[in-house]
Amino acid sequence: MNKAVVVELDHVCKTFGRHVALDDICLSVADGEFLSLLGPSGCGKTTLLRLIGGFESCTSGTLTLDGQPMVGVPPERRAVNTVFQNYALFPHMTVFDNVAFGLRMGKKTEQEITREVVQALELVQLTGMEHRRPAELSGGQQQRVAIARAIVNKPRVLLLDEPLSALDHRLRKQMQKELKQLQRTLGITFILVTHDQDEAFAMSDRVVVMQAGRIEQIGSPMEIYEEPVNLYVARFVGDINVLAGVIREQTGETSYRALVEGARVLLQSTRPLVPGQHVHILLRPEDFRLELEEDMARSQDLSAKFQQARLRGTVRRIFYHGATYDVEVNLDSGARVQVTEFFDEDSDNLYFKPGDLVALGWHEGWEVVLPHAE
Amino acid sequence: MRSNALFRRLLISGTCLWVAILALVPYLILLVASFLERGTDTLVRPGLTLTNYLNLLDPAIFGMAIDSIVLAAVAALLCLLAGYPFAHILARASARAQPLLLLLVMIPFWTNSLIRTYALVMMLKADGVINSLLLRAGLIEQPMNLLYTPMAVFIGLVYTLLPFMILPLYASLKAMDQRLLEAGRDLGAGRLQNFVRITLPLTMPGIIAGCMLVFLPSLGCFYIADILGGARTMLLGNYIRDQFLVFRDIPMGAAASVTMTVVMVLMLLLYYLASRRSGKELIQ
Repeated sequence: MNKAVVVELDHVCKTFGRHVALDDICLSVADGEFLSLLGPSGCGKTTLLRLIGGFESCTSGTLTLDGQPMVGVPPERRAVNTVFQNYALFPHMTVFDNVAFGLRMGKKTEQEITREVVQALELVQLTGMEHRRPAELSGGQQQRVAIARAIVNKPRVLLLDEPLSALDHRLRKQMQKELKQLQRTLGITFILVTHDQDEAFAMSDRVVVMQAGRIEQIGSPMEIYEEPVNLYVARFVGDINVLAGVIREQTGETSYRALVEGARVLLQSTRPLVPGQHVHILLRPEDFRLELEEDMARSQDLSAKFQQARLRGTVRRIFYHGATYDVEVNLDSGARVQVTEFFDEDSDNLYFKPGDLVALGWHEGWEVVLPHAE
Repeated sequence: MRSNALFRRLLISGTCLWVAILALVPYLILLVASFLERGTDTLVRPGLTLTNYLNLLDPAIFGMAIDSIVLAAVAALLCLLAGYPFAHILARASARAQPLLLLLVMIPFWTNSLIRTYALVMMLKADGVINSLLLRAGLIEQPMNLLYTPMAVFIGLVYTLLPFMILPLYASLKAMDQRLLEAGRDLGAGRLQNFVRITLPLTMPGIIAGCMLVFLPSLGCFYIADILGGARTMLLGNYIRDQFLVFRDIPMGAAASVTMTVVMVLMLLLYYLASRRSGKELIQ
């Protein structure tokens, strides 16, 4: 990326008493980027956000904003604004006064303030609500006020602390789109904290996956989903099947022969692996190919698709999801996997039923091979 | 379930009876007495009259009422100034320290307030604790004249009534969402701006409640002005007491009492209306 760095964290640690909230965090955020901090509650993502906002100070390491070290700089003197988790709107003020709060703190004329507040409310589609109080607004509207109140100050970075967690599913989806749109319009750097993988993926340029105060992986949503660096990341973002295997021999620069769940398969991996090494094979439910054994016996074409991997199993249960359905398969080795199938366009019926004997393979090269925990 | 309902009914009717016999009936007697004439050898003489109320319009009594109100208002203000910082510390103290600090506020209630007032006399008098300490420390050469001054009255009132200010302030400060202050700072407000624009407006109900709870008792609290002020300034409370106990003019004392009660009820009503309006504003 050739854009300027706005926020830079260099070996930042934060401890509360004996509890280590953040452990050696290195992260730089580019100007105009939409970055998500993704992780379960207690992983330190909110602490990281509060650190940038100025509500906490680093125990060690340095935090710079636009190249300026932020040691001892209080929140009110940082060009950063926050959308708080429960909005923290001022209940005794109207929508207008809430949004105008930051502008009034900076010495602006009432005329400028009015113009900018009206503009901000227009951006979040709240025109006409100026004289309402927060308690009179719906959750979604309060959310919009909180966003307007922050962006009206034209911060360098907008921090969003689980801003959509209090909204219902539909509204959340809609706000995700609007937030992304808003970020494009304004060109402000957004840093979003969330525990919702869909939310992070739908909006972000880059996602930071965190666990127990550490950064596990930084990458684009696609990289995180398709090439997780470890089991934790793989499990945290979406459903994943983990198969056990042992490498037998290397057959090419990036290809290996291996024994996976009792079956001989061909694996692709750019990681250096050695014969005898135990590995995890990670496969998303949609990565699998699944066919009935009886069909396989009949068709040459079909069995050709299973050349590099063919595991046997029995269908256990079916879960219907509307556009797709999940098939739970017990492998002969005893492992259980979940396979997502799309409906056949020509048939209304589910293709598989419990008790069916099936062959299980996967799209070549879609597997992620991880050595056993380092 | 039925015995439960019976028990509840017994409790409620018991309380109602208690209030009726010990509060309502005496008050009705007082109300009736205020319209009667003063007797020579009996306490009251039959015969309806408004004289007692008309007597209250006397400029001397009116001036005394003003003095009392000013005194009570100043006492409320002093309590507010002393109580707000304390309530703030209390509300922000750790979860473990809060009950302890609250206990410290409540402990004085365990001693009768009359006894506490006499204890203050021991502190304030010319050869009292404060003067001897200051003399021994060499900070003053002559004992200060503390007792029987207006200042002593204020010390007594603030000391006695401060908890009534602290508790509602504490409640409103504690109810305030701390994240609002973070939001304020995030938007560029310093600590002072935060206090003026966020904390103060949001704790206004507590401020008003506390002021009422100090102001109203200050009006009637005759013994503090008596014991610490040396009865030099006549206040409404002392006046009423004197009518009953010194001059034996029961109807006059009753009329003054009733008038004061009416004024207090009016003020409480005003407060109620004001709080309801501001509450509505919060919702609207």
